[in-house]
Amino acid sequence: MTRSIDLTRRGALAAGISLAFFGGGAYAAAGDKKLVVFIQRGGADGLSVSPPIGDRNYRPLRGEIAIPDDQALKLDGDFALHPKLTSIYALAQKGQARIAPAVAIPNNQRSHFEAQDVLESGVTQVYGSTSGWLNRTLTAMSGRKFEGMSIGNQAPLILRGPVQAASWSPGPVSRGERLPMILTDLYHNDAVLSRAFASGLETEAMAMTAGATMQSGGARQVAAQGPAAGNAQARQLGTSVAGFMMQPGGPQLVAVSIDGWDTHANQGGVDGTLAGRLAYLDSVVDGLQKGLGAEWNNTIALVVTEFGRTSRINGTRGTDHGNASTAIVMGGTLKPGGIIGDWPTLADGKLNQGRDLASTLDVRGLFKGALSQHLGLDKRQLDTVVFPDSAAIAPATGIA
Amino acid sequence: MALPDNDTMAAIAVTRFGLGARPGEIDAAKGDPRGWLKSQITAGPADQPPGDLPDSAHRVVANHDAMAERMASRSRPAASTSPGLAPSPMMAGGDAGGLQEEFMARAQLAAGASASFRERWVMFWANHFTVSAAKGEMRPLPGPFEREAIRPRVFGRFENLALASSRHPGMLFYLDQAQSVGPDSLMARSPAKDAVSIDGAKMGLNENFARELLELHTVGIAAGYRQADVTELARALTGWSVGGVQEGGQAGRYMFRPTAHEPGERAVMGKRYRDTGETQAVSIMVDLAGHPATARRIARKLAIHFVSDDPSPVLIGELEKAFTASNGDLGQVAGALIDADEAWAPQAVKFKTPYEFIISAHRALGVAPANAGAIIQPLAGMGQSAFAAPSPKGWPEEAANWASPDGLIKRLNWAEDFAQQVSGGSREPIRIAQETLGARLGPATGAAILAAESRPEALAILLMSPEFQRR
Repeated sequence: MTRSIDLTRRGALAAGISLAFFGGGAYAAAGDKKLVVFIQRGGADGLSVSPPIGDRNYRPLRGEIAIPDDQALKLDGDFALHPKLTSIYALAQKGQARIAPAVAIPNNQRSHFEAQDVLESGVTQVYGSTSGWLNRTLTAMSGRKFEGMSIGNQAPLILRGPVQAASWSPGPVSRGERLPMILTDLYHNDAVLSRAFASGLETEAMAMTAGATMQSGGARQVAAQGPAAGNAQARQLGTSVAGFMMQPGGPQLVAVSIDGWDTHANQGGVDGTLAGRLAYLDSVVDGLQKGLGAEWNNTIALVVTEFGRTSRINGTRGTDHGNASTAIVMGGTLKPGGIIGDWPTLADGKLNQGRDLASTLDVRGLFKGALSQHLGLDKRQLDTVVFPDSAAIAPATGIA
Repeated sequence: MALPDNDTMAAIAVTRFGLGARPGEIDAAKGDPRGWLKSQITAGPADQPPGDLPDSAHRVVANHDAMAERMASRSRPAASTSPGLAPSPMMAGGDAGGLQEEFMARAQLAAGASASFRERWVMFWANHFTVSAAKGEMRPLPGPFEREAIRPRVFGRFENLALASSRHPGMLFYLDQAQSVGPDSLMARSPAKDAVSIDGAKMGLNENFARELLELHTVGIAAGYRQADVTELARALTGWSVGGVQEGGQAGRYMFRPTAHEPGERAVMGKRYRDTGETQAVSIMVDLAGHPATARRIARKLAIHFVSDDPSPVLIGELEKAFTASNGDLGQVAGALIDADEAWAPQAVKFKTPYEFIISAHRALGVAPANAGAIIQPLAGMGQSAFAAPSPKGWPEEAANWASPDGLIKRLNWAEDFAQQVSGGSREPIRIAQETLGARLGPATGAAILAAESRPEALAILLMSPEFQRR
């Protein structure tokens, strides 16, 4: 992304001139490796995301929220995907989606806020870093002109840090040209405001050519309008994200937050609260994947959460905060293979503290695997800059 | 630490401690900036939003009835199998659960309040004890929760505020406490006999509220409690519930269900508590509220909210001392905040949240929010949907979160619209800027306002200026 403010485009939009596909530069980003990280905030129930249908303890533990065998989308004899994950399942059948069924952050204490902090900061010490690991990836990639962008109106920790990342959410576009120039002057002595504002203006200009056309007030609000409208909006959101990534100077590293996974009560099975969130996620992924077109072959998308949930259904037909959960790894040129990491099983003696799925893979190992094999980051950068003091955590192998 | 000059202190009192200046307010504070703030600390309840708003029980029951009617009119089986232990799902369209009405009343109070430090103090505690409509079925409750549990007690003892929060239907529903049942309680052992059994399903413990009570409302995770402490507190809390719609006068109100209470002694953070039924959890909460870790956490959160995302240890120490010495008297803590020189640093480093931004813009131009949509839509776009904090942790405080590229663009777009619609009377824009920012108005912003080519542009510059965006 250029660092100057492109007021011409802003002005052109004000005049109602469409700049979509205005030149041959639309595919200038082709060939760049891209990474999208979806964060499921609230602790997604991995045992529902990818039901371990071959584990004989799954159904007894899960009771009424277990996914029936005839409705689970079977990956193999051991694992399936939730019935609402139809697009991701279609990718899996082409070898373009795999699961890591027992991933966890280090030192999980079952607090949403601490766990999200560790997941995004990439350090083991809670509140131990004010920058996120995707931001430090931008630092590590310096010289290769990588850009980061978060989707949503708040800046997530994963992309906060020394490098200014862009951010975007759907909404109306403003008209004026003078005001941005005047404010750029006034923000001159305020480092935080000046760099955020400059980035915002660039993204706004880019949104026009990226076809990022979603209006109104955000995913949560849209989701409240009902599942069908919500899923159409979700698909449009995914398409818009792809639109940005296809722009010249568009972002190669993107973080998308999806809320609503904290299912303590009445979480449902094939249908219900959790199923609705999974349908939403599936639609965003579908929009993104189709929007990227051929660039899907240069993209890896990860779906991760701060922790999984208790393996046993609780007293209010939901699940409480647990440990390991499922991560989903997708991409056009994913290496074929089964699950990433091992399956610890749900046997009595194997559960973490007798209640949660145990972890077989440190989430940093998954991230490191993607960053090394897909983006080509070297071991020294991964072990010291991106995930400090993590030399003991081996990258997951065989991803890309 | 040296204090700024008196005029700057007056501007800080109104814009940093308060919700932003209304015309003439900074002048009024110049006589005695600290006294102007302290006069807002009251032994009695804080201000209530205007209008005759129904209480939480009425909100819950009305929402349930509206929902049942709607279901019936669709000739589906009505929601009669549900005893109403949870508020009904929101309705599509209209003002489901009265959320907009509640939010609008609260915004009108904030935009017009003369005691705006007191109102900010309320906002802090409402956010500390977050009850959020981000859970759809919660729409009837965040407004009444704030009015009934928070506002009457914000300058009283922390312990009483925490207890009131914990026994309000809003909190009990939001954190799934209302339906938590002791695994060995009478109710769990014979669910069919109990009128409030949930669809005949197996009932049991839900530890959501217990965990957040420890982690967010009181001691914090640094206090070193374990999973076993969370579970034990959850067991002690069983029975704290809300009346269902078939329970007559109890409907939608706090009630203790003895048959749901887990029998037995409990141990939390190394201390044992006899089974005294309903008061077993009260005893635990009293100890949690008085724990040194709670004093430290509250002190730090207050310093972050009022002064800096990275507050000085001296300031935290003074607030902690006031909290401990007064046994959690929040009026004393507010006084200590005003007395602390560190709270008056001349540099404004706090970045307003979207709600603070929009409310202070209305105050600057001396107008009330025109209608609910005019504030609810833009707030959603800026990432702060009405009464819908993303998690029990509440809205974040840090500039790193709110001063995002997208966040600033959304503010710019709204400021342009708002400045087109609202003239601010006949005052010259530079005069409005002087009244809004006082001694905090810098020369560059003043010059830009004078050089503006239209009144709306001048006002938009004021609203988007770094001095106005920060406090």
